[in-house]
Amino acid sequence: MTAQRLANLIAPFAVGALALAAWEAVVRLNGIPPYILPAPSLVAATLVSDRAVLFPSLLVTLQITVMALAAAVAGGVLLAVLFAQSRWIERSFYPYAVVLQVTPIVAISPLILIYVENPHLALLICAWIVAFFPILSNTTLGLGSADHNLVDLFRLYGATRWQALCYLRLPGAMPYFLGGLRIAGGLSLIGAVVAEFAAGTAGTGSGLAYRILESGYRLNIPRMFAALVLISAAGIAIYLVLSLVQHLALRRWHESALRREG
Amino acid sequence: MTAAPLVRLAGVRKAFASGTLALDGLDLAIGEHEFVSILGPSGCGKSTALRLIAGLIEPNAGAVEWPKGHAAGDLGFVFQEPTLMPWASVADNVRLPLRLRSVARQEADRRAAEALDMVGLGGFARAYPRELSGGMKMRASIARALVTRPRLLLMDEPFAALDEITRFKLNNDLLELWRAQSWTVVFVTHSVFESVYLSQRVAVMTARPGRIAREIAVAAPYPRDALFRTSEPYNRSCREASAALQEAMAA
Repeated sequence: MTAQRLANLIAPFAVGALALAAWEAVVRLNGIPPYILPAPSLVAATLVSDRAVLFPSLLVTLQITVMALAAAVAGGVLLAVLFAQSRWIERSFYPYAVVLQVTPIVAISPLILIYVENPHLALLICAWIVAFFPILSNTTLGLGSADHNLVDLFRLYGATRWQALCYLRLPGAMPYFLGGLRIAGGLSLIGAVVAEFAAGTAGTGSGLAYRILESGYRLNIPRMFAALVLISAAGIAIYLVLSLVQHLALRRWHESALRREG
Repeated sequence: MTAAPLVRLAGVRKAFASGTLALDGLDLAIGEHEFVSILGPSGCGKSTALRLIAGLIEPNAGAVEWPKGHAAGDLGFVFQEPTLMPWASVADNVRLPLRLRSVARQEADRRAAEALDMVGLGGFARAYPRELSGGMKMRASIARALVTRPRLLLMDEPFAALDEITRFKLNNDLLELWRAQSWTVVFVTHSVFESVYLSQRVAVMTARPGRIAREIAVAAPYPRDALFRTSEPYNRSCREASAALQEAMAA
């Protein structure tokens, strides 16, 4: 069993290491210049040598991501709770949430950048628009999925709307919400990066997307790759953290977090 | 019945929005401290009748009367499934009705512990529902219904999903509790044997739209135990109830 788990853990890393080695070999054997395709070793070296530029940018991007995610949680859950109060409210407003969701953010972000003066706030709004929908839609589904018998039981004991929300609907919606949160985490990073791209050379940003654009113009391809590596790493880290949160919140009771023995 | 009943369904008619007529002309009186079973085929409106008594739905015609009056908390309801909140411990589940009525924490804890002891789950207060067997979950569900010390316990096929050994055990425990406490029980079931074993009176329902076709008194005294299940009076009542059920379904 342990050997099996070890193999499970090692396998993806082995595939990654092999791919990197092949990439390194192709670049070296063919003498491909770094402005076309930098070797992984050069990308790693650039990560270290350009850290004074790259890491502050990572922080900027992460800051927008985290703030957008927090705003998405607040907005998504509040709207979902509001929708749960009446079918009428849900029917009236849900289509507009869908409109926001299906309109590509690259198409809206230039407008937002024009209308919102503070560029930081503009980026935040863009990232929020991308991230809030999975939380809204999942939490709405979760709030509406309470066991009908439990709903009856609450009525039988004369529970107020507020009690039913706190003791029944919100706890029951938790697995749905956390599923949405995990999606929203990745999306808020994507939203932040896309918005930075849209803001682009307007010169406001100093996030990672801005570094990628800047490196592109300067044909500094190794730094472009290094920034890309950081964005991916940030995305993976967000996913892992949110998965941990989900596990910790559900491990006592939800099927998804339980390991079946025997 | 000479004394005023605890609750009386008089000429109750219930149609659902879908157009289904579930009950029509249902008359049933439940006396205080009585154990009554409502017996009928699936879909005959047994559960609907129970939900009407609980006040979860309103009749379209007729009335649900409480000649002696009743207060919130007089009712306990046990569903066909245990219907526990999976995210809450057994104690928190049992405490729920008291929590909803803002009973002080200490008092609620004490009464929840008492209810859990009653159903034999004293040692499982901190367990989560998923850690319990089907029978234990049902016990927890019964403890939750008992925690408000109800006068009337409504049970909707509570043991239908359990294996026979567990069901017999819970049948006996339920009877013991009913005899020790002084509640009234309305027990919905589709099992002739269960209804006869448990109750003083079996109300047999017709197919939809449901009404009471016949009421059969089960005179055998309590305590009833495994021997009762093979006795002649039991067999006679079972035959009588089966025949009434056949007749009601054919009608």
